[in-house]
Amino acid sequence: MSSLVKLSASQMRAGLLSGEFTAKDLTSAHLDRIDATNTELNSFLLVTRESALESAENADKTIKQLGNKSPLFTGIPVAIKDMLVTKGIETKCASKILEGFIPPYDCTAVYRLKEHGAVILGKTNMDEFAMGSSNENSAYGPVRNPWDKSRVPGGSSGGSAACVCSGQAPIALGTDTGGSIRQPASLTGTIGLKPTYGRVSRYGAVAYASSLDQIGPFGRTVEDVAMALQVIAGKDSRDSTSIGAPVPNYLEELACAKGKGLSGLRVGVPKEYFSQGIDPEVSKSVHASIKALEGLGCQLVDISLPTTDYALATYYIIGPAEASSNLSRYDGIRYGKRSKNHKSLAELYASTRSEGFGQEVKRRILIGTYVLSQGYYDAYYRKAQQVRTLIIEDFKKAFSEQCDIIATPVSPTTAFALGEKTSNPLQMYMADICTIPVNLAGLPGISVPCGLDSKGLPIGLQLVGPALEETRLLVTAQAFMDQCPFDVTANIV
Amino acid sequence: MSLSIETVRYVAKLSALAITDEEAQRMCKDLGETLDYVAKLAEISTEGVRPTSHVHGATNDFREDILKPSFKTEEVSSIAPDFGPSGFRVPRII
Repeated sequence: MSSLVKLSASQMRAGLLSGEFTAKDLTSAHLDRIDATNTELNSFLLVTRESALESAENADKTIKQLGNKSPLFTGIPVAIKDMLVTKGIETKCASKILEGFIPPYDCTAVYRLKEHGAVILGKTNMDEFAMGSSNENSAYGPVRNPWDKSRVPGGSSGGSAACVCSGQAPIALGTDTGGSIRQPASLTGTIGLKPTYGRVSRYGAVAYASSLDQIGPFGRTVEDVAMALQVIAGKDSRDSTSIGAPVPNYLEELACAKGKGLSGLRVGVPKEYFSQGIDPEVSKSVHASIKALEGLGCQLVDISLPTTDYALATYYIIGPAEASSNLSRYDGIRYGKRSKNHKSLAELYASTRSEGFGQEVKRRILIGTYVLSQGYYDAYYRKAQQVRTLIIEDFKKAFSEQCDIIATPVSPTTAFALGEKTSNPLQMYMADICTIPVNLAGLPGISVPCGLDSKGLPIGLQLVGPALEETRLLVTAQAFMDQCPFDVTANIV
Repeated sequence: MSLSIETVRYVAKLSALAITDEEAQRMCKDLGETLDYVAKLAEISTEGVRPTSHVHGATNDFREDILKPSFKTEEVSSIAPDFGPSGFRVPRII
């Protein structure tokens, strides 16, 4: 195994610019790493070897010409969750219904990384259509957690998380609708950021729940996560929900803040996130981490977010409702698979969708259709959107009156065993109780590794900020990780 | 709450999903449990609360009505399951 795959993206950039190694060396090293580990981990659905090596060659030419004026991601290998369309490269969202689908355009976030010179290694495995919390709902087999291969990496961005954890790429993109970046980051000891809703364009992100979805980065260092966010964030005329506010210089802010502590930062600790549902070892580790923040100059404030208990129910009405509408486009007519078992148009739709979708996707489509149907819309969907307003107000109140940042666990447990929760959908849904409220409120949230449990499995600390305060999250995360180092390369051996 | 098989089949029809008898039985149980859980929202008072329509309260983001090129026909036809001289081919409906 080449030692190049242990480097952070920012170390890779330094090495490329100084001529210590070439982009071709770097990409080859990562492709070798994928070859050596993917059969067991199943983190990649597709490795784009030839185009990656071609991009690497172009990156070497750029570096020769432009030196340190080369765009930020020149020659840096990146993996992309298969939920994001990639021009000319198969994109199937880990579903049979899109097998063989070759998008004619790039997702804006992918396009921006490519414009900045990134080398796309391939598409990572995920729960089908981003519906799941363990990566066991993929139509192409589960992903295994590099920390313990009998366990899940989390989901739905399990492939991206396992990829970064195991050194297959320094940075990967994922999507997060109810926790699908933060929860797998927590279970794999990586860093995962869900930006503010609208901070990153959703153009080209296959839609699951359009009022909740966000694209975000995984990395092994806070600086790498900031590097990726820097490039992908910002207004996009193709996404009318993307926010026009200027994108801060995250890397500069991090550099300025380095080593300066967090004096005066008020950290809200919501009691509702530390209830009996949370594993005692997780609770202990997160509390210890919050104490460490106090050691850095933070002021701890006990707060209450009273509607927390209703967030899961709210999400499992709104998410499936929006999904039932978004997934109605998969009808076998314009793209994707078409069933041969039909004698009429109606049968074509039904058999295409039934043959193409997995069980969890069908479950959520059915729930969604039910809660939007005549006679049920007011009691379920409209009610859920009203409770959502209350959840948003809880956070607004806490941030305006009591604290600057909120600290909670990410996941109620560490990585569970493959097959442990698959027979009980509701038990699986509980994996996201700490992350879901953040999506409902559209706020930014980051998971940073903060310790190991007695089985040696990683635990994540979640930091949540007000809308558009990614800088605050990144600065706090950086200070925390400098104070409480975690071996992010433990599985790159 | 237990959903009846008829309700599950009806919702499946609305969703253009063909489900087997076995799937229908399983869905009765799974959906019933989930709907039981989400019914807890009835506990919380939402009198006078506005439903969220956008998480940050944004309103319409309009653009000028200027024509821009879209995909070329070949880009779209090459990925279609069945594309004929005049467009996407589908089973006869009339």
